[in-house]
Amino acid sequence: MRTVARVCGWLCACLPALNAEVIVIRDANILTISHGAMKGAILIRDGKIEAVGANLTPPAGARIIDAAGQYVMPGIVDGHSHIAIEGNVNEPSVSVSSMVDVRDVINPEDIDIYRALAGGVTTANILHGSSNAVGGQTVVLKMRWGKSASEMIFEGAPPGLKLALGENPKRAGNPSGRENARYPATRMGVEDTIRQAFLEAKAYKAEWDNYQAHIGRGEHTLAPRKDLKLEPLKEVLEGKRFVHVHCYRADEILMVLRLADEYGFQIRTLQHALEGYKVAKEIAAHGVSVSTFSDWWSYKVEAFDAIPYNAAALHKKGILVSLSSDDAELMRHLNTEAAKTIKYGGLSETEALAMVTLNPARQLGIENRVGSIDPGKDADLVMYDRHPLSNYAKVQKVFIDGQVYFDRDSELSGRAGKQGRKQTLLDKERAN
Amino acid sequence: MRFSAVLALFSCIAWAQNPQAVAIQGADIVTVSGPAIAKGTVVLRDGLIEGVGANISIPSDAWVIKGEGLTVYPGLIDAASNWGMPASLAPGNAGGRGSQNGPPPPARGPEDRPATTSWIKAADELRPGDPRLERARSAGFTTAVIFPMRGIFCGQGSVVNLAGDRPPSMVLEPSAGQFVTLSAAPGGFPAALMGVIAYIRQIYLDARYYSALKQAYALDPRSMRRPDYDRALEGVLESRRILLPANRTVEIDRMVRLAAELVQPAILYGMQEGYRAAEVLKKSGTPVLVSLKWPQRLPDSNPSDIDSLRTLEVRDRAPSTPAEFAKAGIPFAFYSDGLDQPRDLHKAVKKAIDAGLSRQDAVRALTLSPAEIYGVADRVGSIEKGKIANLVVTRGELFDDSTKVEMVFIDGRRYLMAPEQSVPARQGPVTKEQAR
Repeated sequence: MRTVARVCGWLCACLPALNAEVIVIRDANILTISHGAMKGAILIRDGKIEAVGANLTPPAGARIIDAAGQYVMPGIVDGHSHIAIEGNVNEPSVSVSSMVDVRDVINPEDIDIYRALAGGVTTANILHGSSNAVGGQTVVLKMRWGKSASEMIFEGAPPGLKLALGENPKRAGNPSGRENARYPATRMGVEDTIRQAFLEAKAYKAEWDNYQAHIGRGEHTLAPRKDLKLEPLKEVLEGKRFVHVHCYRADEILMVLRLADEYGFQIRTLQHALEGYKVAKEIAAHGVSVSTFSDWWSYKVEAFDAIPYNAAALHKKGILVSLSSDDAELMRHLNTEAAKTIKYGGLSETEALAMVTLNPARQLGIENRVGSIDPGKDADLVMYDRHPLSNYAKVQKVFIDGQVYFDRDSELSGRAGKQGRKQTLLDKERAN
Repeated sequence: MRFSAVLALFSCIAWAQNPQAVAIQGADIVTVSGPAIAKGTVVLRDGLIEGVGANISIPSDAWVIKGEGLTVYPGLIDAASNWGMPASLAPGNAGGRGSQNGPPPPARGPEDRPATTSWIKAADELRPGDPRLERARSAGFTTAVIFPMRGIFCGQGSVVNLAGDRPPSMVLEPSAGQFVTLSAAPGGFPAALMGVIAYIRQIYLDARYYSALKQAYALDPRSMRRPDYDRALEGVLESRRILLPANRTVEIDRMVRLAAELVQPAILYGMQEGYRAAEVLKKSGTPVLVSLKWPQRLPDSNPSDIDSLRTLEVRDRAPSTPAEFAKAGIPFAFYSDGLDQPRDLHKAVKKAIDAGLSRQDAVRALTLSPAEIYGVADRVGSIEKGKIANLVVTRGELFDDSTKVEMVFIDGRRYLMAPEQSVPARQGPVTKEQAR
C-alpha cells in the first residue's frame, strides 16, 4: 500500500498537469470548521475537495485512505511567520524598506518548512521583520516541501506590505552608542516616517496617474521613473496590496488607524496587537482584523499589558481574529494555541480552531481556496490521531493540493536509511 | 619602477629576435573545434594560426619545433578570474563609493548606488607583473576573462591574454560582462539579501529610464532639463551580459528567474549544486561557469562536528556537476575561483573527469566553451586557421598527474615553463637562442 502511495506521489510530482488522482479519506472525524463536525468521508479530485459527507460512496479506482479513529481538519494557516527567508529577515539599513520583497529570498529548503508541515501548517504568511517603520513586501506560501521557491508561492494570494510600530523600529534608530543611527528613535518619529512615506507615495501616484492620463489622450510622453520603494505604497493607496501592521500598544493602534483614515487606505491586519482588547471598539469600527498570540507576552516593555483573553475578547466584539506564531517552534503546535481560547474566553471548539484555519485564510484573502473543508476548496488537510484541541494529538498526515507532503510513518521509517547514507558518505570522505 | 623598465627593454629585444613563423611538426593536435589530428603540423605566423593539418607544408622561414611525443591544445581560458587584478579589486572587498578615499559613507537607498563600480573595466586595471599570470601560464592558461570582484556591481570583465608587451596589447575584448555579487554594503543599504536583489532590480529600472531620458534629450535638448550623468548606470548599460552568483539549487533557481526578469543575458557562476539543477538551467538556456574550487570540509574544522547529510552529499557530488551539464547539453566553462597553482588547477579538473566528465569535454570547458560564452570564439578557443596563436603544448594528456606542460604560445610567442612548478618560471618571452 505504501509503495503504491509512493509511486502515485511520484507520478503526481512528475506530471502535475495529469494529476487526475481521486482520493477518498474514509471513516474520519471531520472538522469542517465552516459547517460543523461529522463522521464521514472526503472525496478529493485533482487536488481539490469534491465532496464531504457522512454517506459518500468512493468512485471506482479511487485511492482509499482509511482514517478510522482519526481527526481531519483543514490545514493550519499561519498568518505571521518568518521561516524560509534566506539572509536577514529585515533590511535593517533604512526605515522605509518597501522596495524589498520576501518573495525574492524564499529558501524552499529551510527545514522549518518541513517542521511546520509536521505540525499541521499548510499555508503561511511570510513577513519581513519589524525593524523598520515601513518594512518589506510579504508573500503567502504553501508548505509544498520538496518544490522550488516559485512552486511554493500561493498562486493568486494578494500581496502584502509590513508596517511596524513601537519599540522595534525605534530601537533600530536608537542613537545611544551607535554610529550612523538612523531616524526614527521615538514613537512620534515612527508615525512621522510612515506619514512621510505615504506623502511621497501620494505624489508618486499622482505623477503616474498624470502619465496614464496623457497616454489615455494619445499624447506621447516619457514614463516617470519607476521607484520600487514607492510602488508597493502606491498599490496600498490603490487598495491592491494588504497592509499588515506590527503593533502592541493601544495608543499606537489608534495612531495607525487614524493615519490610515487620513491617507485613505485600509489596514488589513493588526499583527500581535496585545493591547487590542483596550481599543476593540475602534478596531471593530475600522473593519480591521487582528492576528495575535494566545498567551505569549512580557518579552519587552510594550508587551507587558497583555491578557490571555485578548483573542476571545476581540472575537466577541465582531473582529476577525487569528492566532499566529511569529516563531518557527510555536508554528508547530498552533492547534494547542487555539485550544487556549476555550480556557480563556470560552470559545466553542469550532471558533477556537477557526482562529488557526478559516480566520487567517480570510485575513489573507485566500478563504475561497483554503481554511475549511468544503467542496471546491484545495485539498489542504491535516490528519491527527486525536482531537486537534488535545495536547496529545499528533499529526499523522498532511495533504496539500491532495498530495501527501508529510506522513509520520514514512518519516519515521525513513530515518534509518538516511542515517545509513550519511555514514556511507562520512566513511567515503574519511577514506579520501 | 626600474624593474619594469628593464622588463620592457628585455621584451623589445625579445620581440626583435622572435621568429616570424613557428611550426610545430609531428605533434598530436587537439583542435577542439574539429577532430584531433595525430602527427600533424600547426604553423603560427604574426601572432595568428596560419595553418593546421596532417599534411601542410612548413614555410621556409619557420622556426621548427619537433613535436614528437607532444600534444598541442588551444591555450586554456579561465572563464572568470581575478588574475592580474590589483588586491583592491579582489573578492571580499567592500567596494563602492569613496573607495579611493577611505570607507564609503553608508548608503541610504538605491539612489546612493551602494557597492557599485560598474564603470570599472578590468583591462584598465590590469597588472602584468602579477605573479599569478606566470603561474597560470605554467598551468597551460593563455587567456583569462578577468573581473573586478568587489562590491555588488563590481565592474566589467575583460578578455585578456596572460602575456604581452604592455597591458593594452594583452586585451582581446575590453568589456565582456558585468560581475555581480550579492554581498551586502557595509553599514548601509543594502544590508540583507532581499535588499541586494531589490537594489539590482532598481538599478536596471533606472538604467532603462536613464537611457530613455538621454534619448529624448538627444532628440531635442532645448525641450527639457538635461539628465544627470550617472556613471553607475552608464556601466550597467555598457555591459552586454551580467554574471550572477549561484551555488545552491535554490540560488540557481532564484538567479535564473532574476536574469529573466531583468531581460538581460546572464551567466551564472558557482554551481556547486549544479548536478541537481540541470533541468532548470537547460530550460533557461543560461550558460554557466563551474568553480574549480570544489566544496571541501575545512581542514581546521572540529573533528567532532558532523556535517548534515545534505552538506556531505554536496561535497561528494559537486565534481559530477560538469558531467551532468555535458550530458544535458548545458553550455559551461570552468573558472579558477581563487586557485592559481598549476597543480591545484589540474587536480581540480581531474576530479571532474574522475566524476564522469570526458577529457574532450573537460578541454572544451577550458577552451572553446568559454570563448563561445563570451562571444570571442571567432578569435580564440580552438586551433583553426586565422585564430589567435594561443596554444599549450604538453607531454602527456592534460590533467594527468605525470603530464608536463612544456610551453605555451601567446600571440604566437613562446613561453617556457619553469623546470619545477614550485620555482617561479622565468620572466618574459624566450628568444630563439634561449629556446635552443
